[in-house]
Amino acid sequence: MTADPRAADRRTHLSLDPSLAPPGTRGFRDAGGIPADQWHADQNGETLVPTHCCFCGVQCGMYLRVDRGGKVFGVEPRNHDINRMRLCPKGINAYQQVNHPDRLTAPLMRRSRDEEFREVSWDEALDFTVSEIKRIQQAHGNDAFGLLGGASLFSEKTYLVGKFARVALKSRHVDYNGRLCMVSAAGANKLAFGIDRAGNPFSDILLTDCLLIAGSNVGECFPVMTQYVWGARDRGASLIVIDPRETAIARTADIHVALKPGTDSAFFNSVLHVVIEEGLTDESYLAAHATGWAEVRAKAAEYPPSRAAGICGVPAEQIVQVARAFARAPRAMAWHARGIEHHSQGVENCLSVINLCTATGHIGRPGAGYGTITGQGNGQGGREHGQKSDLLPGGRSIMNEEHRRQICEIWGIEESELPPAGTSMMEMVWQMQRREIRGLIGICNNPFVSLPNYKVVKEGYDATEFHAQFDFFLSETAANAHVVFPVTTWAEDDGVMANAEARVVKHNKAQDPPPGVRTDTWVMCELARRLGAGDKFAFADSRAVFDELRVASAGTVNDYYGITYERLEETGGIAWPCPSTDHPGTPRLFEDGKTYHPDGKIHMQVVEWHPPMDPYDDEHPMSLTTGRTVAHFLSGNQTRRLGALVEQTPRPWAELHPSHGFRNGEPVRVVTRRGSEVFPALVTEAIRPDTVFIPYHWPVPTSANALTIDALDPRSKIPEYKVCACRIEHAEKIDEVPAPPVAPGHVAYPETQVSRTDPLPPTAPQGRGTSERS
Amino acid sequence: MMGRTIFIDPGRCIGCQACVSACRECDSHRGKSMIHLDYTDEGRSVASLPTVCMHCEDPVAPCAEVCPADAILVTADGVVQQADTTRCIGCANCVNACPFGVPKIDLQAKLQMKCNLCYDRTAYGLAPMCATVCPTGALFYGTVEELQAERPGVQVADTFVFGETEVRTGVAMVVPADKVQWPVPGGLPVVEINGKDVRR
Ligand code: SF4
Ligand code: SF4
Repeated sequence: MTADPRAADRRTHLSLDPSLAPPGTRGFRDAGGIPADQWHADQNGETLVPTHCCFCGVQCGMYLRVDRGGKVFGVEPRNHDINRMRLCPKGINAYQQVNHPDRLTAPLMRRSRDEEFREVSWDEALDFTVSEIKRIQQAHGNDAFGLLGGASLFSEKTYLVGKFARVALKSRHVDYNGRLCMVSAAGANKLAFGIDRAGNPFSDILLTDCLLIAGSNVGECFPVMTQYVWGARDRGASLIVIDPRETAIARTADIHVALKPGTDSAFFNSVLHVVIEEGLTDESYLAAHATGWAEVRAKAAEYPPSRAAGICGVPAEQIVQVARAFARAPRAMAWHARGIEHHSQGVENCLSVINLCTATGHIGRPGAGYGTITGQGNGQGGREHGQKSDLLPGGRSIMNEEHRRQICEIWGIEESELPPAGTSMMEMVWQMQRREIRGLIGICNNPFVSLPNYKVVKEGYDATEFHAQFDFFLSETAANAHVVFPVTTWAEDDGVMANAEARVVKHNKAQDPPPGVRTDTWVMCELARRLGAGDKFAFADSRAVFDELRVASAGTVNDYYGITYERLEETGGIAWPCPSTDHPGTPRLFEDGKTYHPDGKIHMQVVEWHPPMDPYDDEHPMSLTTGRTVAHFLSGNQTRRLGALVEQTPRPWAELHPSHGFRNGEPVRVVTRRGSEVFPALVTEAIRPDTVFIPYHWPVPTSANALTIDALDPRSKIPEYKVCACRIEHAEKIDEVPAPPVAPGHVAYPETQVSRTDPLPPTAPQGRGTSERS
Repeated sequence: MMGRTIFIDPGRCIGCQACVSACRECDSHRGKSMIHLDYTDEGRSVASLPTVCMHCEDPVAPCAEVCPADAILVTADGVVQQADTTRCIGCANCVNACPFGVPKIDLQAKLQMKCNLCYDRTAYGLAPMCATVCPTGALFYGTVEELQAERPGVQVADTFVFGETEVRTGVAMVVPADKVQWPVPGGLPVVEINGKDVRR
């Protein structure tokens, strides 16, 4: 924790001796925001436990307020140097999940999907799961059973997911929902720099002269990052925003490029074209630090603004303005997110941004560089330690002989026992549809809401002979399973996550899990034991797993060896690579001008734009694009149960331009080649006339992902969520928003028990504006 | 203007409602938020701004002035407190008097509720909950010097005009530097009880 310099004078001002200040919230206040001793209760019995938000990749620091009975009951802002006390509404309300009445507190089981769930003992649920795994694998081979993890899990658990699949299940089929998040950026960074993470810390934004934000609704998806953006503005930095919608960040930008969804790489190629034409490239930087420049330069020549303007639907003049603003700035940065990554050319889009940064020499300096903003809390860390189908711990490649040998040695198995690479999350669903994968365990994911083309997803899951799901609420996906294991929330276990800056932070356990609830670690180790791999999974707790993870990552690019729980508690976070316990970590990459490729160069890649996978025609002339709203998180399994967040954004809507003749709140049917759904119209000039936006946090019948296409980027295998062809029609009535599923024997909040029939969209653009009704 | 106070900077607001959620977490009125968000150009822009109690200084808080039960106290440091529950009769005079549309009546309890600048926190030198969490600094708590040190050249206004009446407030508003108007036009009062416009 970094002390707030002002806190010191507040103490003097109040003439309080901090050593006498009582701990807990009272002490926190007495000491002007610094808990005297956060681990011991104050005179009211209250304790403040320092931890981080469980949601997005900013990973804001917070204290959980714990009462004398040891239960989490509130939140207190924490002066952590990532967020400096700031929190968004998700972070403020997150604590309400911990003791929520919808929590699952006993394993649920049924032998077929026609039966009702019944609560069973842990033994019965584990035995049934193990017998089903064995039955399926004996009949159809080890690869007939798959595992899908999640990027909201602590890194320790993601490490276990990868190890469990390969060592206990002996299956090649393991992947995770980070595949839906930032794998395009990861792929591009790996290709260009040989390292998969943002190049600069958030604090560098404050030092930049020109900030380019592409495909990121920072205000709603990473609200706390806005303080850095506004901080840069205070210093006079210019702001360029590339987004089909005029979001809160775009509203105040110097240049807002409202381009047509799916045309990003044409736009960035053209910006590079202008940079070259105007002689704004940094040739000495390119000569010393990059390969492939000649080819990239030749390709950029094919994208004059006159051509790109036609593809992107923006004025050619804007392309010139962006090129000049970015290239002429002494220090410029580009940050991007799902808006350019969720495409069948997601990797190319990211590479086109990297080409621009490289050509202008804006890499590896304070205030100059690139970053990708992770959607999930551990979107960055979640793939570093072997949860992704093609990766082993430490970001090692599962195809690389040497890497395989190293990991087998650490895991104590023969190289021949280690399965080859599997397929990606969406591909696994297709395999389930084809009955190539017949059994599945899902941990911390909700594909029924979060994967594209719901019909295919449902068919895939319905075709499995056995499906178990780990969750603390009965998600839409868990409701379809045979076995549901009730597991802990983030507040009930220790563990680390890596945020969007690749800064590893430590979450601390704030309360004991409710009776009947186990940690994901325990469940995986217990399943492994019953599958006969107990000796490889003898982990008592997260720390034991983390220590193995550190060793397993040592010497790789993703080196965690020098990061220990103690150091994390002292420092408030360390950015990897951190090879030794006296190494300070690496907040900013490439300061020495060297990348992580053997030749130390940036490998620039030629990018060619191609149209989105779902073609426009007379029946489907418009683009459908999807995204998030500030009150909800991903599939909504966690946030659609929290009263304040439901109140803030009760339902999804279809955002469209007034030129279509709809009135606000009128039912609009959005039709794609996959299906159609009805939403209230939110009519606003803040969106392109040829584009419709729907937030995706809700299940059918109000699910954006019932409409989106399951086309994948050929390299990253990320689905093309951000663009598909659609049309809009007037409809009769608006579908109700279904209430989240509630497990047998549990009471839901009154608010979430009933479905929302209120037909009106939120009163303001972007889903905000239900004012306080108290 | 008080020493340390809230500054509202609508240009920075992203409409996230973290302030609304945070206000609900404040120990002095847990479960209820005393802030609401206004949308100035709905249908055209996402622009939004938070409405908090302005802690009027001159004329002494209109809400307190009209209170027949003398329930609304103004402390020496200028904080207009929430109505004293032992005195408030729930008559809603304060609601009608406030030019900024701030006080609310809890109809069931027949009691007024409003922002008291998180007295439980500010008394200890902490910022109010809303200004602590606001991700953008659209709500800033501190002195005008602290604000200007952080945001060079920023201009603030603490005087608003409603028709003939001028109101000077404890809470200040950031105004565009090139368009400093003094006093700032406040427009017509919003007359609202429990979310309903009572003029209709
Ligand atoms: S969701 Fe993200 S921005 Fe909001 S409090 Fe959590 S970590 Fe911070
Ligand atoms: S927290 Fe700040 S940015 Fe968010 S709505 Fe409130 S004032 Fe605006």
